[in-house]
Amino acid sequence: MAVFRDVMPAFHLLQPSSAAEAQRLLEENGGEAWVMAGGLDSFDWLKDRIKKPGMLVDLSGVDELKGIRTTGDGVEIGAMTTLTEIVNHPAIKKDYSLLSDAVSVVASPQIRNQGTLGGNVSQDVRCWYYRGGWPCYRAGGNICYADTPVGRNREHAIFGADRCVAVHPSDSAPALIALDAKFVVQTPKGERVIDAEDYFVGPEIDITRINMLEPGYLLTALRIPATWAGAKFYFEKVRDRNVWDFPLMNVASALKVSGGTISAARIAVSAVAPKPMRLRNVEAAIAGKPANAETGMMAGKMAVEGAVPLQFNAYKIPLMRNLVKRAIAGTEEAA
Amino acid sequence: MRFITWATDPWGKHVPTHAAWDLIWAAVIAALAFMIVHAIYVALVAGPKIFKKNELPQSKEAAIPERVQRHSLAARLFHWIMAASMFTLLFTAFLPKVGVQFNWVLYHWIAGVVLTVSIVFHIFHSFFMDPWSIWPDGIDIRDAMRRTLRFMGKPAPPPERFAKYPLENKFYHLVIVLSSLAVIVTGLFMMKRIQTVIFTRNPYLFSDMTWGLMYVLHGLAGIGLIALVMMHVYMGIRPEKLPITKSMIFGWMSRDFYLEEHDPERWVVKQSTGKKRGYAASDAD
Repeated sequence: MAVFRDVMPAFHLLQPSSAAEAQRLLEENGGEAWVMAGGLDSFDWLKDRIKKPGMLVDLSGVDELKGIRTTGDGVEIGAMTTLTEIVNHPAIKKDYSLLSDAVSVVASPQIRNQGTLGGNVSQDVRCWYYRGGWPCYRAGGNICYADTPVGRNREHAIFGADRCVAVHPSDSAPALIALDAKFVVQTPKGERVIDAEDYFVGPEIDITRINMLEPGYLLTALRIPATWAGAKFYFEKVRDRNVWDFPLMNVASALKVSGGTISAARIAVSAVAPKPMRLRNVEAAIAGKPANAETGMMAGKMAVEGAVPLQFNAYKIPLMRNLVKRAIAGTEEAA
Repeated sequence: MRFITWATDPWGKHVPTHAAWDLIWAAVIAALAFMIVHAIYVALVAGPKIFKKNELPQSKEAAIPERVQRHSLAARLFHWIMAASMFTLLFTAFLPKVGVQFNWVLYHWIAGVVLTVSIVFHIFHSFFMDPWSIWPDGIDIRDAMRRTLRFMGKPAPPPERFAKYPLENKFYHLVIVLSSLAVIVTGLFMMKRIQTVIFTRNPYLFSDMTWGLMYVLHGLAGIGLIALVMMHVYMGIRPEKLPITKSMIFGWMSRDFYLEEHDPERWVVKQSTGKKRGYAASDAD
């Protein structure tokens, strides 16, 4: 179909200066309102003229949504904090390097300067059929163009596909899940604090949304508890080129290791399913086992159980098996 | 209000995609309006039912037992299985459309398969009963005209008592058959578009236009079923209809109700060969 990559469609630009005002504007305008954080996802949609919101709520002037604050129990990161700020923040680098490692490989330096953490976790899927404006399930239609015998689905899901096979593209999301982060959302009924993994919504629940944000909802902050501060972290992103690319897959793990034995673990992968996937069965299986290649191999095999590859993405199964193995044993031990 | 949502497919064709979901509310409002109007009509306007005088010989009337069997156990099981699957289908289809999100597709197609199997059973089962008892006949049409004329104050002889099913039951069954067939046939094809254990997925089975029309028909028939099911439940709990509803639970209706509303010449009950006294069987379900 013809896509006009030219001027954006007309919309009312609303620029609140406080989170309360932003939330009120979103509530008042309901489904007509589009939330813009760094604009990196939004401008794609708008300049392609595929999304045509009546109102655009630009959060760039809401200073209270920016910045990183250390609290008595970890850190709180404003949803509008740039990715570069997170990469360079000393407290993040010291205690939660899993997040800084993940964020440091997002796209390119320019994009990290502009992109925000809230925007990174809330960005839409990158399926080109959907992005191209085709009337697929996610766009409200009745077909998945990627899940056809000749559909181009090399980057798509091997887990959790329910009509839509697009994957979640965020690099920071699996790290936040592994760190047991909480997402703070302002809703018309007050503040809700949600576990990171519950923020994301799969197509089996709602095929047209990727997270739990409804009209009138505003993600304001992400809290990382001290529970996993200083744990043994591992993040790896596999992509087609080393800069400015979305993940073919990424893995984030936080392990508490005592005397070479794993006492507790949290592992999440992204770009394998329509939402970031926490590997609970693997976490349970490796508890009490040594953090070595043997455990990693067992975990990798377990992680890919139930995977259903599409026509062109079967490579994701061995890729995931190995990434999970490395997330437990490290690159040297796993080699 | 739009009745259909449209999209442009990758080949530039304007194709339908779904029924417009706002119609859900139109169906709910239409059903509620029907209930209100009907309740007011029955309470304030309609008089007692008047039928042609019963000319059944005393001996035949005396032979009618206290309990007249109306529905066999198999027929009742079918009805309630169909009802459960229909409610599951409606809730799984339309709750997500009004904001209640859950993993609905799996439950929806399973309920659809249950409904399909139960209806296939019902069709075969009906051939062992009296398959024509639920379809309108000439007397039904003639009596409907007589009732209409009498309602308008014009002279007309009183109508006969009903056969096994009143005409409105028969029309309801006809509409349910058509709408259910529409959702079942389209639904079975639509299962080719999702991953199930029953069919191998093939989204290219039809053109985008054909698929779109199928989704629209499925949606419109489904929305129609919202109103139909609401009206059916309403009728089922109306006081004057309770003997009929009870017969769908226990299988029988009382002799008095049978003689009051039904014509023993048009709905002939047979004496049961079983040991239970005062119990007669019908050969229809």
